[in-house]
Amino acid sequence: MEPKDDNISAMCKPSVGEAGRTGDWRDATPVIDQTKCIAAVKNRPACYLCWLYCPEGVVEAGVPVKINLEYCKGCGVCAEECPSKAITMVMHEENGK
Amino acid sequence: MSNVQIMTGNSAAAWGARLAKVQVVSAYPITPSTSVTETIANWVERGELKAEYVRVESEHSVMTVCVSASTVGARVFTSTSSHGLLYMHEQLHWAAGSRLPIVLCCINRGVGAPWSIFNDQQDSIAQRDTGWIQIYCRDNQEIIDSVIQAYRIAEEVYCPVMVCYDGFVLSHTMMPVDIPDAEEVCRFLPPYKPHTLLCAEEPRNINPVIFPWQRRDAEGVLRDGYMDMRWKLQHALEGSAAVIARTSRDFAERFGRDHGGLLWGYRTEDAELFIAAMGSIATEATTAADLLREQGVRAGVVGVRVYRPFPREEVRQAFRSAPAIIVFEKDISYGYEGALAADIKAALYGTGIAAPIHNFIAGLGGRDVKAHELAEAVRASLAAMAQGTRERQTWLNCVTE
Repeated sequence: MEPKDDNISAMCKPSVGEAGRTGDWRDATPVIDQTKCIAAVKNRPACYLCWLYCPEGVVEAGVPVKINLEYCKGCGVCAEECPSKAITMVMHEENGK
Repeated sequence: MSNVQIMTGNSAAAWGARLAKVQVVSAYPITPSTSVTETIANWVERGELKAEYVRVESEHSVMTVCVSASTVGARVFTSTSSHGLLYMHEQLHWAAGSRLPIVLCCINRGVGAPWSIFNDQQDSIAQRDTGWIQIYCRDNQEIIDSVIQAYRIAEEVYCPVMVCYDGFVLSHTMMPVDIPDAEEVCRFLPPYKPHTLLCAEEPRNINPVIFPWQRRDAEGVLRDGYMDMRWKLQHALEGSAAVIARTSRDFAERFGRDHGGLLWGYRTEDAELFIAAMGSIATEATTAADLLREQGVRAGVVGVRVYRPFPREEVRQAFRSAPAIIVFEKDISYGYEGALAADIKAALYGTGIAAPIHNFIAGLGGRDVKAHELAEAVRASLAAMAQGTRERQTWLNCVTE
């Protein structure tokens, strides 16, 4: 039999995905236009305001910038902060309509 | 060797914390609790007590400091009253849910509106369902002893303990108190071992979001959901009853004073009438019982020392042969009856104990309750019971028409 949880209060080790696949919560997906993204255009590490402001830490500050959609909740902060308006939040189609 | 000093209830509480060698104290002043932590602040400032005294802007922050300090392994103390306790309400839940052995002295005071600084027990009764153990003290000796006991209980079952005593009636009244020997207290009270140690080598998220269902953590271990965690708290609170009783016995063996564990009785052996009460009004009731016996009524008193966990079995045992029960209490569960009366009735359900139970709401907002008034109330109740009134709620010394 699987052992019982021996914690007497709720706790966990901090790690990726500890709260589950939070990407499931998303109803709008950030899409990066790499022809506008400063890091991509300059082809070197630059700007990264999306990475700085992302409350979930799912933006990878590379060249090009990538967003981990397994865990991105679709809050849109990155799109709001992007100075070159390279990120668009694409709404998901509602189910059953 | 005994060291008896004349002191207030608040001094006794401060001495209890000092002897328990508390390491972190945080408080926000509120009448009538203020002098507890004022005394401690003085000791800390003089270097007589090696503790961190944290000043904050509100009682909500006080309990937040207590939760944080207890989480990283410090023995923690605070005290408050009335609105201060109510302001802590959210953090009281947080402390219990985190299973932290914090000890808080609640110096019982009425709750506004309208404003009152005077005593009743509405403040702590209103915190009944937060998951804290609640002990109600009768006198200043019991206060100092209960604070010491509270740490041993809390740190064994990992539940916070509220040591409650009546504002002004005890907090500002001086009486002889035997201060236990510091080294003897150290032997009685082992050092606090936190259930979880926060350290850089093994980082943890404490109290992350928890879901309705059980879930595997990132390491693949199946973790409890919210409800499973709540059950653990309930289980711990129920299990604490035996620990409280044992701690009281161990304390009595070592220090020679027994405050009765969960429940105490006074002249109950041959009683035809049982008075039930909590705190200083229970002490007053013992005087009333003596008066009644002089007048030919065989009265006894059952004092409920621990209100949560509610001593269900002990209550059943205490009242098993009670022909009549009268509950005096300084609180009211609005729209129903006194909280203690309601719980006693619930505990007796299905046991075959069919005594009439009358409930007196007394002393709200500091209205004086004298022993002879309790005795008169008992005689009036007995007369009504003889006429067949099985249940009755009466507001003692109160304009009700």
